[in-house]
Amino acid sequence: MTALGRWLAIACAVLCLGAASDPGERLADPAQEARARALFKEVRCLVCQNESIDASNAELAQDLRAIVRQEVAQGRSDVEVRRFLTDRYGEYVLLKPRFSWANAALWLFPLLVVLGGAGLLVGRWRSPQAESAALSSEETEALARLADDPGADRGSAS
Amino acid sequence: MIVEIGAFALILSLILSVLQTGASALARVRRGPVLAAVGEGAAIAAFFTLAVAFAALIYAFVVSDFSVANVAANSHSAKPLLYRVGGAWGSHEGSMLMWCLALTGFGALLAGYGRGLTAGLKAVAVATQGALGIAFLAYTVFASNPFWRLTDPPVEGRSLNPLLQDPALILHPPFLYVGYVGLSVVFSLAIAALVEGRADAAWARWVRPWTLAAWSGLTVGITLGAFWAYYELGWGGWWFWDPVENASFMPWLIATALLHSAVVTERRGALPGWTIFLALGGYTFSMLGAFLVRSGVLTSVHAFAVDPTRGVLLLTILGVTAGLGFALFAWRAPAMARGGMFAPISRESALVLNNILLAAATATVLLGTLYPLIREAMAGEAISVGPPYFNLTFTPLMFILLLLLPAGPLLAWKRADAGAALQRLWVAALLAAVAAVATLALAEPRSLFGAAGLALGVWLIVGSATEVAERIRLFRAPRGEVLRRLGGLPRGTWGMTLAHAGLGVFVLGAVFETTWKAETAEVLALGQRLEVAGYVVALENVAPVQGPNYEAEQATLRAFAPNGTLACMARPERRLYSAGGQTTSEVAICTRGLSHLYVVLGERRSGADGEPVWLVTGYWNPWALLIFLGPGLMALGGVVSLSDRRLRLAAGRRATPAMPAGPEPASQPVGEPA
Repeated sequence: MTALGRWLAIACAVLCLGAASDPGERLADPAQEARARALFKEVRCLVCQNESIDASNAELAQDLRAIVRQEVAQGRSDVEVRRFLTDRYGEYVLLKPRFSWANAALWLFPLLVVLGGAGLLVGRWRSPQAESAALSSEETEALARLADDPGADRGSAS
Repeated sequence: MIVEIGAFALILSLILSVLQTGASALARVRRGPVLAAVGEGAAIAAFFTLAVAFAALIYAFVVSDFSVANVAANSHSAKPLLYRVGGAWGSHEGSMLMWCLALTGFGALLAGYGRGLTAGLKAVAVATQGALGIAFLAYTVFASNPFWRLTDPPVEGRSLNPLLQDPALILHPPFLYVGYVGLSVVFSLAIAALVEGRADAAWARWVRPWTLAAWSGLTVGITLGAFWAYYELGWGGWWFWDPVENASFMPWLIATALLHSAVVTERRGALPGWTIFLALGGYTFSMLGAFLVRSGVLTSVHAFAVDPTRGVLLLTILGVTAGLGFALFAWRAPAMARGGMFAPISRESALVLNNILLAAATATVLLGTLYPLIREAMAGEAISVGPPYFNLTFTPLMFILLLLLPAGPLLAWKRADAGAALQRLWVAALLAAVAAVATLALAEPRSLFGAAGLALGVWLIVGSATEVAERIRLFRAPRGEVLRRLGGLPRGTWGMTLAHAGLGVFVLGAVFETTWKAETAEVLALGQRLEVAGYVVALENVAPVQGPNYEAEQATLRAFAPNGTLACMARPERRLYSAGGQTTSEVAICTRGLSHLYVVLGERRSGADGEPVWLVTGYWNPWALLIFLGPGLMALGGVVSLSDRRLRLAAGRRATPAMPAGPEPASQPVGEPA
């Protein structure tokens, strides 16, 4: 199943080995180069599917890397570089979606699941039956038999 | 002729599945043991006929019968035998046939080995499994038949994508399908529990082994895929949060949650509804994965489907199956018993917390995968959700989960003493702190994430071992008793410990590799060298090589360790497959302890004075081996747990005659949490 999908998704990567680190493309200043490389990982290679320009060597990725390096070399901040890219290519170019109202569901949903689950759990603890939660002697016995192992004779601490 | 037999067997399997569903459903209604036996017989026969069909397809690939459309599109007569065989499931049609083979295979296992189940439960489960089979078999027969002939057969096939001609990728789908489709049995058992209105300890004990088998298969399948990406794609990446990977990862997360919630249901009779919900969810995510990968919805966001008809059909199967399942859940689950109570600090709570975090993690992956589609459909705006999103959401959730993990197995059921459990973990905490401090002091460049990650790995490994040490009373009881206890530990416990420690091993590798990976790319002429992480790699020679179905340029590089001794000879290649005109890279990996020196040969260029030069990239991937070893340990843990005597007793209790309706006595031996 992985066959076709994977192939389509990462076809670019293969035709494009070690591209981002190609000595011909690198900036002279190592600090700037490192910043540019970090930015590459956040920028989508628009013609590849789901691949950053750091990993791709499609011609467009090469062009985008040149643009990012140029911007970095001119002293632009990360935010400015990102804005430069989104002005030209839209939000699609960023692999990390913006924190915006349109993306609120994306960023907050996992948190809501955790909170919702925790709420249900707390509700369960608070129900009146939870008060008498110590193991009854029959339960202890049943558990010991269930566990059927040497650790079980530690009783309720097993 | 053999191909026609295959086509016939495929259709026969579909008919047998219809019989299986009909007879088993009727057996439930009429309470007829004869009808039930007919249903079970049909399930087993459906598997054998499908095995014939699958063998016929492999035969067509082996003899390169290009009059079969699927073979012509995906094979080539010059391909090595192994890859011709593997090509049988490398294509869409063949992979669907393999999916059906797994579905009917699990149906046959359920029918053949499900003797400990109550008659009603079993009949409904076999009927449901048959119905799942009908959906996918009908899809295969009518919309994706691998046996369709061509009226005008070509002389040569179009060959399997060379990237996929790889041993790991031959094994990858079968393991993955055992996982995906293994969850179908759990789905069927959940439907049966809902129909029968009961999900008790005996039922949960039935869910466990199937989930374990599916989970282990998924673990191996996903790891093989990641390993393949690591050495085949040529830049050392092993996980990309690619939609296709996510499609296989979501069922894994759900299966993991299910393994843990089924323990609660089995031991304490609690959370039956939630366990059923997860059991329905596992296979739903499997089908979602099948749909996402095959419809082309995600690989090309702007065009809905590569093959719209197939995509719509798969979506229909998914919608109807999951829809009916969850509708039944909504109708029946509220009436089911809520199960035993437990205190806030207890093993149950720990396992529920595990489930909450895993559910949130699944939600993250699901949303991250589908959100671009949702935004596009709702607002017409295209956005991307890539690795940075998952690093910010999924990773923290997992961090919390893994931080809490070692305490879970040390807590008592129903009501526990958290302080006592934490006290027992002091060794693990101490070693984790030492690891963090040592990492901060020694590793360059300094990384807080790296230090925290390594501490977490140590915490997991030592914490998991602590549970075993506690149970055998290591250092507290005389040696004889310790050994006796060690010998008496159930395999389920070993399985759990292995799986949890394997997770720790994976964390160590993943964090170390991600944080301290080094990379150097240079354009080298013969005799020149590059340096990466202290290793010196010298290009000695580049020569043409003739493969069975490709031509290659092979470089010979001499790699020297930091101390100047010869580390290895690296021979990376660049291959040209003439059949499809694709170029691939064959990387050279030198294993140094747990780490990899990873050398890639890039394109040939012409140097300043016209002599040929090559782009060579050297990567230092520290502790990369652990990334694949860890999941390997986890899968091994699953298998060890599966071999537990008590699980087998529960699963194959043949001596027992048909069970009376009603919960089994609690004294039945059961498995350990895994």
